[in-house]
Amino acid sequence: MTTPVLRLSKITKTFGNIQANDDVSLDLYPGEIVALLGENGAGKTTLMSILFGHYLADEGEIDVRGERLAQGSPRAALSAGVGMVHQHFTLAGNMNVLDNIILGTEQLWRLGTRRKKARHKLIRLMDRFGLKVNPDARVRDLSVGEQQRAEILKVLYRDARILILDEPTAVLTPQEADHLFATLDQLVAEGLSIIFITHKMREVMAVSHRCVVLRQGRVVHETRTRNTSPEDLARHMVGQKVAHFTRQRLIPGNQVLSLRQISMAGKAGKPGLTQLNLTLRACEILGIAGVSGNGQSQLADIICGLTAPDQGEICIRSGTAPAGKPKAMIKAGLARVPDDRTGIGLIDEMTVMENMASEHYKAAPFSRNGLLNFRAMAEKTKALVAEFDVRCPDIHTTVRNLSGGNMQKLILARELSGNPSIILANQPSWGLDVGATAYVHDRLMEAAGKGAGIIVISEDLDELFLVADQIQVISQGRLSLPMAVDEVDREALGLIMAGHGPQASTQEDSHAH
Amino acid sequence: MRIEPRQAQSVARTVLALVLAVAAALGICSLLILWSGASPVQGWILMVKGALGSKFALSETLTRATPLIFTGLAAAVAFRARLWNIGGEGQFYIGACMAILLGTDTGLPPWAVIPYLFLAGALAGGLFLLIPTLLKTHMNVDEVVTTLLLNFVVLLFVNWLVFGPWKDPMAMGWPQSAPVVDAAALPILMAKTRLHLGFVLGVGAAVLIWLFMDRTVWGFEIRAVGANPKASRFAGMPVNATIIRTALVSGGLAAMAGVSELLGVKGYLTTDLSPGFGYTGIVVAMLAALHPLGVVVSALFVAMIYIGADAMSRGINISNYIADVTTAVSLLAVLAALFFTKYRIKR
Repeated sequence: MTTPVLRLSKITKTFGNIQANDDVSLDLYPGEIVALLGENGAGKTTLMSILFGHYLADEGEIDVRGERLAQGSPRAALSAGVGMVHQHFTLAGNMNVLDNIILGTEQLWRLGTRRKKARHKLIRLMDRFGLKVNPDARVRDLSVGEQQRAEILKVLYRDARILILDEPTAVLTPQEADHLFATLDQLVAEGLSIIFITHKMREVMAVSHRCVVLRQGRVVHETRTRNTSPEDLARHMVGQKVAHFTRQRLIPGNQVLSLRQISMAGKAGKPGLTQLNLTLRACEILGIAGVSGNGQSQLADIICGLTAPDQGEICIRSGTAPAGKPKAMIKAGLARVPDDRTGIGLIDEMTVMENMASEHYKAAPFSRNGLLNFRAMAEKTKALVAEFDVRCPDIHTTVRNLSGGNMQKLILARELSGNPSIILANQPSWGLDVGATAYVHDRLMEAAGKGAGIIVISEDLDELFLVADQIQVISQGRLSLPMAVDEVDREALGLIMAGHGPQASTQEDSHAH
Repeated sequence: MRIEPRQAQSVARTVLALVLAVAAALGICSLLILWSGASPVQGWILMVKGALGSKFALSETLTRATPLIFTGLAAAVAFRARLWNIGGEGQFYIGACMAILLGTDTGLPPWAVIPYLFLAGALAGGLFLLIPTLLKTHMNVDEVVTTLLLNFVVLLFVNWLVFGPWKDPMAMGWPQSAPVVDAAALPILMAKTRLHLGFVLGVGAAVLIWLFMDRTVWGFEIRAVGANPKASRFAGMPVNATIIRTALVSGGLAAMAGVSELLGVKGYLTTDLSPGFGYTGIVVAMLAALHPLGVVVSALFVAMIYIGADAMSRGINISNYIADVTTAVSLLAVLAALFFTKYRIKR
């Protein structure tokens, strides 16, 4: 075998008493795509931060093409030809693609000639790797897929031979993701090497040659991709066999919630909503699919009662609900699991107990005559913390100190404990590890089994295929008609997500890229 | 180096941090005393003696602490809800004005006069703070600016009153109002001192405010809205109503400082009734980390420094501005210390 272009050997890093990386070794060979898998907190980010000099490893070495890399220096990695494509793009929206690429790369004097040279180099790169972006287009006018290509070009422009992509598909439609995978194939065909950080099994199987699984800071599994299966990888990531629940098909009951002709003007860079219609029945899970930023948060805000639409009607069971009043929604039996856990779901400076009571503190048994009853609060909280497996030192811990998974469990405990008839779950598994995600899904299905109607808004199609009965796609503030989950496939949904109607021809689609 | 939040916050650590901060502040001020050519040790001994060393000194310290407890509570309650009421000084004078307006000729039975004046003053102070508060809740006007500027409006108004319509003809030309009726004077707690019932009322108010913030539904809402207004609204809490309630309580407390000072110490209104009690109350609240019972302690601390600084400056011949410097440095040290109870620096 040839020598590796990148060799991480025996990297160890501890933070306090947390072992973030424990004796991690990883080799990357020319022309290879390695998928780096692991749950949240498995140590992927720490490992990459060490490679880029943001942290110093306690022990271990890094070699790039046989040369020792100076540690603790971000410039060292860049000049050795290692480039990172971040999940959140680092582009300036008000500048064009070319200037974004020059920015931070070229010195700013004699900009005219430099820009001309840069344009030539950029165009050569685009031709060579099949990465098409208009160099003169302003970044804010580009689609997300194009922005990502610009980001990759920026890294290639700096002569990177080793690319690290951090969760690159999180913001892409399935078609855009496939396009990205084709690009990656082309890059490795030219002899580059890629580390692909992800937790989506489908992508690992589709794009990588080899996979490395991290768990609790250690490499627990390393294999050729063709010798493994998604189930096998998942098992290694979690450390035990993931219990797969079998989805029970329920017969939908009466209509519990409907939105009729909801419209809202867009503002502050957010898209508006245009004539949304939606009907939710008891025992039904309705998935709202779509690429991030297509009106999901506006739709969620309306259902949560945070904003009132300009037009249209919200009906809960048989009556019209007052819009823009969170309290009215809570009273009507609506449970809301928001996407922004610490921003609106929880008050992170307050305790687990106070958060558990934050929606019902005004009623008995939590308070009487305006006086809080701490004993009742503590009893209820202890019971719910146990029932929903919220891991916290005690119920007087401030929520800020909980992990994301435990915050979500706390929200679920608060929202689901009252046996709600309607549940809105916005990105319920966002940022959670496999175990916590499975837990959330289980709880939602259980609630549907008890008769709740549930709306799940998610950018992860796999999640929707797993839990939903019906799927509606939101794209540029419009909702598609509902489709039974057994009757649609990923491709069809992808087309609608990209803004093409269900009838749009494939030719139009290829044209778009 | 970077800054990361601490896993747990303990009460013991917070108290320790506060004590260390005050110690550090005294250390820094010691250097200043040294610089001006005096002995810090002697200086601090003089200060403590001057503030606590005799029955009279102690009574003066407690008298000075009384309005600071009220204005400190006013700031603590408002800041807990992130309502930045910088207008304690103005509300103080509103309370004092109400005491004069209603207290020079009440027609009430003597036992009812004091409660009546306190309630009326508190109501007026609360309603007065509603002006900037409603501008904030309904028109998004920054209350820091409006509450601060209203202080000057009120002070100039008081100025006009005592030079004009309220000027006491019996005061030999001094710009001061007529005195309140005898029944309005707060009883003196210690013979031959100025220490008056207001101190007890202040401590009682602190206990009540602590119970209110900690044990009641409204207090819960104030803490929640202050910590995260968006999440509070999401949870169905009445955010604007909570802020308005907070304003009524905060403005009321600051006004009670004015009532207490007027009925307990002077008996009549002048423009120098408060040497900045409203502003110092903000310092008192911050030193107490916004805890109502802590406000009593920090009010005593600040009062001690101001009263003791006079003795110190006379004894070792340095400026009594050392009192202002000491409280200011203490405040900065405490803010830094409180930061480190929440965060730590990692290398």
